[in-house]
Amino acid sequence: MAYTEEELKKELETKEYEYGFYTDIESDTLPVGLNEDIVIAISNKKDEPKWMTEWRLEAFKVWKEMDEPEWANVTYQKPDFQAISYYSAPNSKPKYNSLDEVDPELLDTFKKLGISLDEQKKLAGVAVDIVMDSVSVATTFKKTLAEKGIIFCSISEAIKEHPELVKKYIGSVVPQKDNFYAALNSAVFSDGSFCYIPKGVRCPMELSTYFRINQAGTGQFERTLVIADEGSYVSYLEGCTAPSRDENQLHAAVVELIALDDAEIKYSTVQNWFPGDKDGKGGVFNFVTKRGICEKNAKISWTQVETGSAVTWKYPSCILKGDNSIGEFYSIAVTNNYQQADTGTKMVHLGKNTRSTIISKGISAGKSQNSYRGLVHVNSRAKNARNFSQCDSLLMGNECGAHTFPYIEAKNKTAQIEHEATTSKIGEDQIFYCNQRGIETEKAIALIVNGFSKEVLNKLPMEFAVEAQKLLEISLEGSVG
Amino acid sequence: MLKINNLHAGIEDNEILNGINLEVNAGEVHAIMGPNGSGKSTLAAVIAGKEEYEVTEGSVFLDGEDLEDQAPEERAHKGIFLSFQYPVEIPGVSVTNFMKTAINETRKAKGLEDMPANQMLKLIREKAELLEIDRKFLSRSLNEGFSGGEKKRNEIFQMAMLEPKLAILDETDSGLDIDALRIVANGVNKLKSKNNAVIVITHYQRLLDYIVPDFVHVLHEGKIVKSGTKELAHELEDKGYDWIKNGATV
Repeated sequence: MAYTEEELKKELETKEYEYGFYTDIESDTLPVGLNEDIVIAISNKKDEPKWMTEWRLEAFKVWKEMDEPEWANVTYQKPDFQAISYYSAPNSKPKYNSLDEVDPELLDTFKKLGISLDEQKKLAGVAVDIVMDSVSVATTFKKTLAEKGIIFCSISEAIKEHPELVKKYIGSVVPQKDNFYAALNSAVFSDGSFCYIPKGVRCPMELSTYFRINQAGTGQFERTLVIADEGSYVSYLEGCTAPSRDENQLHAAVVELIALDDAEIKYSTVQNWFPGDKDGKGGVFNFVTKRGICEKNAKISWTQVETGSAVTWKYPSCILKGDNSIGEFYSIAVTNNYQQADTGTKMVHLGKNTRSTIISKGISAGKSQNSYRGLVHVNSRAKNARNFSQCDSLLMGNECGAHTFPYIEAKNKTAQIEHEATTSKIGEDQIFYCNQRGIETEKAIALIVNGFSKEVLNKLPMEFAVEAQKLLEISLEGSVG
Repeated sequence: MLKINNLHAGIEDNEILNGINLEVNAGEVHAIMGPNGSGKSTLAAVIAGKEEYEVTEGSVFLDGEDLEDQAPEERAHKGIFLSFQYPVEIPGVSVTNFMKTAINETRKAKGLEDMPANQMLKLIREKAELLEIDRKFLSRSLNEGFSGGEKKRNEIFQMAMLEPKLAILDETDSGLDIDALRIVANGVNKLKSKNNAVIVITHYQRLLDYIVPDFVHVLHEGKIVKSGTKELAHELEDKGYDWIKNGATV
């Protein structure tokens, strides 16, 4: 599955050739390249109202003037943004007719993760029977949610059905001009999810099963907007433990969370995009902007398990605007082979008595580079702000790297900020100790890594934690000779 | 049960064991004594299969089977247990979880199903009692923040859980106060049977008052220079290791 930029280009070239004369906007795939016409075409294809088209155009204008950021501790060949096709109609045609046609290696991984057959089919792109269980499950879910007044749909649908909410909140946390990738996403986002929890409503289920079944194979420029109205609660689960072998090399998603007064949002992510092969060929570039805003007494928790992608650039952040609001960030980032991850968080304390907690666990193996980058900012008005950060790194072998870049800006004297960091290495002594008790080396590593990651794994919803644990094991398979 | 023939082993061209011969039968307790650097811990590690040691000559047999090409975990599955002189910390992994994994991995190697949870709990309770271990202790991270005594007691607890055929106790007495020493020795004595064997590696004779050996061997410069019964340990205590060292050079 080695997939390089070169091959991507070649493929796109052939595609261009194939569809070269269908330049009208009715075709399923737009021609490569990016200009105003393309942005308008995307918006038109999705039947968007005028304000949305204009919003996209504004973003495009800003993006044109921006440069790709270079401050992250990663090196890669920058994508050619004019060589990408920015719109493909959702693939309604199944890729395969039965599971027998799917890459056995992929199926093997599914099996290890304990994913049900129906889900396996869906994830691998196999045609599924209409009467499949999950479809009816999804329908039941939708009904339960609707009864509570919860809106949960694709963002495209929300733009049409709930324009007042989208218009009010889209770009309110991550403005179009926020950064290079956010601007790009704002201009060309393909689809994504929208979620609104009304005042005082506690969402009765993890918005996960539904999501996993329905959102497999989302586009490369995903846009998510979650709004928790006053006093409401929602636990939202994004991503999938199953390996996603997407043909798009560049992924630039934007996620915005809005927690109004007394609301709580728990947002958990498991990311397992194709990391490239053992020699570092191919793999997804994952450049994501995730940010949430907390109003008075509100709380946002980000929990992430990042095992995939060739290059990850991701900083789920919290703006603690309201007094007494709370921000949390729990992260496990695993890098193996030639993977590079630069990930962390920003906690911006604006309100009084705001609190934030950062627990970051980085695990590096192979020849990979794993960086934590975090900012704790305490505004001059943020009296009695408190932060606790803990960044632990675990190294396996001698060729990988772990880096920590903590930034602290405290502008109020009453702030209390604590930062702890440790770096450890899985030692031969630890392995031998486990071996001597009858535990073979790979299992020993899994045990040690799970122990190391426990504080974060415990924050994941139960069912997902088990899968995430297995995922960690699989990601590190073969990392010790 | 254990048969060691002319064992030579070392680390990076540095020969530490210089032709060890030792035979241990079921039901026996052997003590190996010797000054620092005589090769006691190396012998233990080589029997357990630690890879950084290279066996250059000789062999180790367990129940007639040559252990040469067997990985440490395979040796463990066959019933070799090493109580470490310096037990290793594994943060975030509880004693219970560690033991559960160890037992089930061993069962898996023997083609058995995982031990049912209720049976596991019963076993843990029973063995914890034997070693006077507080239940709270079992949910703590393995060896993390344990006192010297707690670490050693935990080693013997693991031995009790795994019920090995051959247990090697490497300096289990070091770092123990007299009460802990008594509890640990008691535990070992209760676990002893006619079907298993124990090798006690120690610097001092003190432990041997509690775990009484059938045979005592004195190791010096990678060789067993003297073997005898428990009286030999007393003699050593009186005369000191210089007695052996001088004897060896004569």
